[in-house]
Amino acid sequence: MMDAGRHPRIKLMTCSEVVAVSGYMGNYRATIRTKPRYIREDLCVGCLQCIDACVFKKPRFPDEFNMGLGLRKPVYLPFPQATPQVPLIDPENCLQLKTGKCKQGCAEKCERKAVDFEQKEKIQEVQVGTIIVATGFKTVDPHKVPYYGYGKYPNVYTALEAERLVSASGPTEGEVILRDGRKPETVGIIHCVGSRDEKTNRWCSRVCCMYSLKLAHLIREHSGAKIYNFYIDMRTPGKGYEEFYNKLLEEGVQFIRGRVAEVTDWAVKPGEEGKLILRVEDTMIGQVRRIPVDMVVLSTGLESQPDAAKVSALFGLSRSADGFFAEAHPKLRPVETNTDGVFLAGCAQGPRDVPDAVAHAGAAASMAIALLNKGEVTIAPTTAKVVREKCVGCGDCLPVCPYTAISRVEGKAEVNAALCKGCGTCVATCPSGAIEGLHFTDEQLVAQIEGVLT
Amino acid sequence: MSVESGFDPKIVAFMCNWCTYAGADNAGVARMESPHNILAVRVMCSGRVSPEMVIRAFRSGADGVLVMGCHIGDCHYAAGNHRTAKRMPLLRNLLGYVGINPERMELAWVSAGEAPRFVEVTQAFTKKIRNLGPLAQEVTE
Repeated sequence: MMDAGRHPRIKLMTCSEVVAVSGYMGNYRATIRTKPRYIREDLCVGCLQCIDACVFKKPRFPDEFNMGLGLRKPVYLPFPQATPQVPLIDPENCLQLKTGKCKQGCAEKCERKAVDFEQKEKIQEVQVGTIIVATGFKTVDPHKVPYYGYGKYPNVYTALEAERLVSASGPTEGEVILRDGRKPETVGIIHCVGSRDEKTNRWCSRVCCMYSLKLAHLIREHSGAKIYNFYIDMRTPGKGYEEFYNKLLEEGVQFIRGRVAEVTDWAVKPGEEGKLILRVEDTMIGQVRRIPVDMVVLSTGLESQPDAAKVSALFGLSRSADGFFAEAHPKLRPVETNTDGVFLAGCAQGPRDVPDAVAHAGAAASMAIALLNKGEVTIAPTTAKVVREKCVGCGDCLPVCPYTAISRVEGKAEVNAALCKGCGTCVATCPSGAIEGLHFTDEQLVAQIEGVLT
Repeated sequence: MSVESGFDPKIVAFMCNWCTYAGADNAGVARMESPHNILAVRVMCSGRVSPEMVIRAFRSGADGVLVMGCHIGDCHYAAGNHRTAKRMPLLRNLLGYVGINPERMELAWVSAGEAPRFVEVTQAFTKKIRNLGPLAQEVTE
């Protein structure tokens, strides 16, 4: 990330979003809205003294990066490796931005005068040749599976929360401490939460088995707890993954094949008091079991971003049934989209793990650069062509074109061949028969109709 | 069947290249049985099918015409099939005026992944046309 931030030919625009895109392959114009950071990136050197100088002596706002498990100040660095290494001010909580009455300790302390409370939202237009959409994924909201008690029982965690707990740079510095301050003695990890499920998402999210194993390994290492994994099938394809699974089996991590029915705190047997009880059918022994644990981790699956529909409309992308952006061909064109010059990278296209996402992104970058370096493109021969002598300039074809490839030039229609995809909708619309769909002309179609009928 | 009724209809099916044509192909690959009466004419998009083409098919001797494309929202060309969705019902209403039973023309959405649906639609339509009898007979009546 740091490398990308420092690269002379990469311009990183953080706190920014694309609000409009026009043009076509090689000639895109993107309108970008940049939200104010209230700290000037060109002046800040990342000393982070402003954070210490904030009038809030102690962090008191939930830290988004730590999934709300830790606290931060109104001026903060989102996470330790954040690129660029420039803090930002949260206008919701900053006294100066909220009330205008603050001693401005941060601005006072900053030697480079980088704190700027007057910063405003900025809209700018950039000219780009190609676009890579890498908007990522969202994890399934665990509230969608209410029978696992997320939000009801404090010791039910999502996998991301558990990941922050075992992380050395996390809110507990790697110590596994529950919300009630205890250390867990037994931990249950439930796989496929919001994956492979008729009620939520039907697809396999692909990464959960491996991250569950990682969490099992780390929680066990950091707390010495006994770990149960509840799985439907273990899916460990990938280099070294199956070996890691085998290592965990040898370490003594318990694996129970079965879908957990519910998580409850209703103790019925001795030894269950004060614990969370997982009711599960162990399909290996064909018995329903009750397993009391101190901590439950929900391995939530991956789904598309909530604003995927907006992004797909912006870039002219289509989406597959699962909501992720659709690639041009599932096997042969995995990074291209149906819009020329727009490519996909990573989980925006579908669930994948880190090595696969890196490979996918590399492919997208190569495709984008190859297109730019070539400077010219090969288009399909099936485009529409206007016969100028026949065109009366009625303009009926202009609104029907899904690609806005038709424009009126000197009173008559003209097709931009670089934009035309050859659907032929305009050909069928033209009342004067002035547009020819090359390779699908009226004569050719009539000949084909007559051919099949004789 | 054709032996029983003595009538083997000819049905011209306009299929869009991306959804229905691929769906038909998949039906074939999966060894599903679809009626031999369906005579495929591939177009890039169902939006390419002008009313004129449908009439031409009837004039050239088709007993029925099927126009098939991607589901609304799934069009490879974003909105080409929206035009088809507007055009074809209108054409269907007008067919009666030229002496053709509107039932002889149908618009159906079949995606590339819906091979079973392709078979279902084509079989049902073929059955319907078979019951209606030859177009030539209807027109002369």
